[in-house]
Amino acid sequence: MTDDAGVLSAGSPPSRGLWVDAARRLVRDRGCLVAVNALMLLTALALVGPLMSPYAYDRLDWQHLATPPFSSGSHWLGTDRLGRDLFVRTLYGLRISLLIGVVASLVSVVIGVSWGAIAGYAGGRTDELMMRFVDILYSLPYLFVVIILATLFARGSLAVLFISIGAVGWLTTARVVRAETLSLKRREFIDAARATGVDTIGVLARHIIPNLIGTVAVYATLSVPQMILFESFLSFLGLGVQEPLASLGSLVNDGALEMQSAPWMLLVPATCLVLVLLCLNVVGDGLRDALDPRER
Amino acid sequence: MLRYAARRIAGILLTLVIIVTLSFAIMRAAPGGPFDQEQTLPAAVRANLERTYGLDRPLFSQYIRYLRELAQGDFGPSLKLRDFTVTDLIAQGLPVSLSLGVAAVTLAMLVGIPLGMAAAIRRGTVADRAVRIWLVLGIALPGFVTGPLLALVFGLYLHWLPVAGWEEGELRYLILPVITLALPVAAYITRLMRASLLEVLGMNFIRTARARGLGEARVLFRHALRPALLPVVSYLGPATAFAVTGSLVVETVFGLPGTGRYLVQGAVNRDYPLVMGMVVVYASLMLALNLLTDLLYGWLDPRVRYD
Repeated sequence: MTDDAGVLSAGSPPSRGLWVDAARRLVRDRGCLVAVNALMLLTALALVGPLMSPYAYDRLDWQHLATPPFSSGSHWLGTDRLGRDLFVRTLYGLRISLLIGVVASLVSVVIGVSWGAIAGYAGGRTDELMMRFVDILYSLPYLFVVIILATLFARGSLAVLFISIGAVGWLTTARVVRAETLSLKRREFIDAARATGVDTIGVLARHIIPNLIGTVAVYATLSVPQMILFESFLSFLGLGVQEPLASLGSLVNDGALEMQSAPWMLLVPATCLVLVLLCLNVVGDGLRDALDPRER
Repeated sequence: MLRYAARRIAGILLTLVIIVTLSFAIMRAAPGGPFDQEQTLPAAVRANLERTYGLDRPLFSQYIRYLRELAQGDFGPSLKLRDFTVTDLIAQGLPVSLSLGVAAVTLAMLVGIPLGMAAAIRRGTVADRAVRIWLVLGIALPGFVTGPLLALVFGLYLHWLPVAGWEEGELRYLILPVITLALPVAAYITRLMRASLLEVLGMNFIRTARARGLGEARVLFRHALRPALLPVVSYLGPATAFAVTGSLVVETVFGLPGTGRYLVQGAVNRDYPLVMGMVVVYASLMLALNLLTDLLYGWLDPRVRYD
């Protein structure tokens, strides 16, 4: 760890940019580094792990129904009541949860940034109308919106999940981006750009949005665990990913039903979910502190 | 201030109308209908059912009719649970969800405010570190994980508390659900309290108070506490809203007879009036809470002026 910091500081001239500064602070944040490494490990496991196991996520093993972890030589983390390997299922669930988290965050960041930047830059009537719409959506309980969207269209389709989850997550991003755009657009370099004849879309895309990246990165990182939570929650209610596929949420739900007789069915996926959420939150917080050191 | 409140209430009513319109449009744009799942109804019976509930009329006239009935406080009949009106169902479930939510927020404040204060006063010590670990954990852990885990430990292994159930709201059955619901709120309040007290303690008027020779306790409780509480107060509205909607999770985990199940069932069954009724009730609750928070804020902080 200290090596990295040394390399970075050795290479940096007296006037350091925002990103170099931020990277230095990030590297010094030990908890955050641990979380980043753990996340990379978990992602790698989710991608590669299932390939190394002889079992498919939906393969039923009638010789080993509901076996506890470490008891049989064949299934590390035990099996569920249908004899499906819990290690493989949890990793598959992790894969789906991560995928949904990332894609839904992207959806919500794209909507949020464009909405906020346009509202803030346009100002006046347009701004008021667009932000009033955000206020209205804010007063709808988000869980309701997700549930309604998820049940109203084809159940269990991943695309619907992405969209319905992403569609509720963009409100905060839009508000923050709008506020930043408001202060950015009064700056001289924007006037300069306009004076040289750049059109509105060009100013937004080339001058406003690049200056928002720091803020947006923080919100995007912090929204990934939010999205994973939404998805897990939907799957927990039986509205998300459908059998025989699994997400961490649906595995926790199955486990909660069986916890009396087979507590490992709850503990294995729950531990995995908790680890991922914890790491993502720590990384998001670390990123925020690194980019905006006033907070601490 | 009265004029301010009146104007806000008018705004809330307008927002509600827009919300009703939006949810009406989304519900009806979705494929399927309330009578799809029943074993292939004869066409005549189905037509009869639709006529009874006015579903055969043009959409716009259905919408106008819904608005008119809503204005009179009538949520209409449930299309699936046919012995009940939507008002009956909500009246049964809402007290459960509300009391869970209020109890959870109260508990969260009782835990979060002192913890946050302690962490701010003893900044950088082991206690502060411990509190910060609790913050990350509390905010990251979802209720549908902590709920079953708590039930597993305190219900199945230790036998201290019942695993699930309601039993007419007997206290023993409420403890685990309320704790589950309160955990993330408590963690968030701790974080807000710690940050804002740290900020206030660095301000000039605190230095002045100390320079006047006041004791630490007096500085803390007479001078620092009130301004430091402001962010916590402004979080109370969203927190209560979170807790009341979050009670949906807890109700599912612990099998409590709240309103949560009606929303899920209603949406799956295309029980239009039931879902609309739930959305209206919860949205009004959130809007009212936000208004209440803003009014409370002005009372606590005399610098806030309404115009």
